[in-house]
Amino acid sequence: MLKITATLKTAFRALRRNPLRSALTTLGIIIGIASVIAMVQIGEGSSAAIKQTFTSMGANTLIVFPGAAASGGVSFGGGSAVTLTAEDAAAIARDCPTVAAAAPMVHARLQLVRGNQNWVPQFIYGTTPAFLKIRDWPVVEGRPITNADVLGANEVCLLGQTDVRELFPSGRAVGKTILVQNVPLRVVGVLARKGANMMGMDQDDVIVLPWTTLKYRVSGSALENQNQNTAAASSSPASTDQLYPETAQSLYPTASASEQLDTPQPVSFPNVNGIFVAVPTLAQIPQATQEITTLLRQRHHLQPGQPSDFNIRNLAEISQALGKTSTMMTNLLTGVALISLLVGGVGIMNIMLVSVTERTREIGLRMAVGAKARDILSQFVLEAMVLCLCGGLLGIIAGEGLSSLIKNMLHWPIAVSVPAIIASVAVAAGVGLIFGWYPAWKASRLDPIEALRYE
Amino acid sequence: MDLIKTDGLYKTYRLGGGDLAVLKGVSLTIATGELVALMGASGSGKTTLMNILGCLDRPTAGSYFFDGQEISRLSPNQRAVLRNSKIGFVFQNFNLLPRTSALENVLLPTNYVEDGLSAKAARQRAVQWLERVGLAERMHHEPAQLSGGQQQRVAIARALVNNPRLVLADEPTGNLDSHTSEEVLQMFQQLNTGQGITMVLVTHDANVAAHAQRVIHIKDGLIGDAVAAGPAGGPPHA
Repeated sequence: MLKITATLKTAFRALRRNPLRSALTTLGIIIGIASVIAMVQIGEGSSAAIKQTFTSMGANTLIVFPGAAASGGVSFGGGSAVTLTAEDAAAIARDCPTVAAAAPMVHARLQLVRGNQNWVPQFIYGTTPAFLKIRDWPVVEGRPITNADVLGANEVCLLGQTDVRELFPSGRAVGKTILVQNVPLRVVGVLARKGANMMGMDQDDVIVLPWTTLKYRVSGSALENQNQNTAAASSSPASTDQLYPETAQSLYPTASASEQLDTPQPVSFPNVNGIFVAVPTLAQIPQATQEITTLLRQRHHLQPGQPSDFNIRNLAEISQALGKTSTMMTNLLTGVALISLLVGGVGIMNIMLVSVTERTREIGLRMAVGAKARDILSQFVLEAMVLCLCGGLLGIIAGEGLSSLIKNMLHWPIAVSVPAIIASVAVAAGVGLIFGWYPAWKASRLDPIEALRYE
Repeated sequence: MDLIKTDGLYKTYRLGGGDLAVLKGVSLTIATGELVALMGASGSGKTTLMNILGCLDRPTAGSYFFDGQEISRLSPNQRAVLRNSKIGFVFQNFNLLPRTSALENVLLPTNYVEDGLSAKAARQRAVQWLERVGLAERMHHEPAQLSGGQQQRVAIARALVNNPRLVLADEPTGNLDSHTSEEVLQMFQQLNTGQGITMVLVTHDANVAAHAQRVIHIKDGLIGDAVAAGPAGGPPHA
């Protein structure tokens, strides 16, 4: 113990004898360690930033679709079954522990009218306030829709940026009223810009309204696509009977008023077209999928062995691929940083060799007064390690400074990485040991007689 | 009792093609408590002999008993331990560590003491020796701030800090003026008579040799007549 402290003291004294040289030598290690720390932390930060971005794009979102309905051997395709309800969404949010939020979704493709402007948005979502949370979609102007709006089927809506541009050339939309199939909807808020999604579709071309409003007041039927077709057909300017009313021929006998009253109205099922589910982290997606499957099978009274009447999809694969890319980038940058650390190590070795030559007589003297080869070896190795560790500590400080600079400039979520710091200290000590070894070994092999006479 | 006893020491260097014999059968004895001068011209082999006597080197042939122990077959590490505990060196050019205080210089050999020495005890001993060589008030000075004589006295204190059996001084006054030389040589004599430390002064200077109790001449790798000399001591050992 005494020996180590004494050797350590000797090492410090030797380094203090030439402070500028020690500082410059250490600089190589400082730069190396600082870049390793900064690269690891910035890399982790960028990967977290990418994850955040994908979260806002819906990477940690599950979508539950109804299964396929079939009649007489004819399948109507995925999503045609009338099985999912808003209550299913509420039950998922309530009963699945790994689910952060769930929102039902009703969609349609309808024309919006505002004065002499009209537009058919890509997406019309009838949903609940939870949808905005799941999609991480803030309202930049006005207010979001509320649960009261959903319960009351209030005639309110939120517009995406594209629709605001198309319908309101003035840019002021909040408080104005638009018409959807002659139903007036008051614009209560405008959604933040999101840009294109991964399929290249404009996510801002959207109108969001309470699902009850869309389902019961606007579109009035579960099968909007069919409705849309008939609605379009009836209102189509290409329809011949509108262009040429005289030539219109009545193909079917007109139903009388009493006949119309006797015809049963199609029953309006409270079904929805899908359920958006948010999961806190990507890793929990499989578990959440499992929970939702169990819950919905139970709610839909499906027997074991019977196929599920719904499908659960997610975008995890894409986000995982991107996460891998980011990890690869981090590893690459860390590799480059490690090379600079290696260069720093070579600098240490160089200076230690110079130091050994310069201090040949000192080494001879130490041997003459009783230093063994091992003592000389440990003294010089320790000197190199002290240099490297000092460099490592300063490098950690510099690296943290650099990462916090990047954090403030780019607003990436960069956190102090304790494993990186521990690894850096270990690497610095290791570099000192490896690159200090050869000069120290050379010193320890000196012949004391020759060394004492060295000029 | 003999502290040093050599019998037929040979040292041969391999140089280029042939062998160069520097010591050609040196046999000598030095008793405990003697102050001996080892005299010879340059090239006579006196430095080689000193290196062997100081356990820095080992002979090609012959035997060397130091303090009753056969030295010539010891490993380098064993010799290092021996040098540390039993032999002190004083060099012509002092060989003090630059930018290091006199006290730290004196403490240097204590760093390598085998079974450990507490920092406090070591410091106490070093201060004591610095007092004895008359440098107590300068122990925190660096070598550059000391005169040549003072530097050599620091070196003497360093040689003595581990209480050795033998002090080997290689041309200890070679870099000093005559007045300071006299001081240093008197110090050697004092330490010899006062502390009973065996001293070997290696020199080519008859003046220095005159301070010894006995002069051993070496010429062409052989011991000449061992002459008892000096007023200080009678012949303790022939």
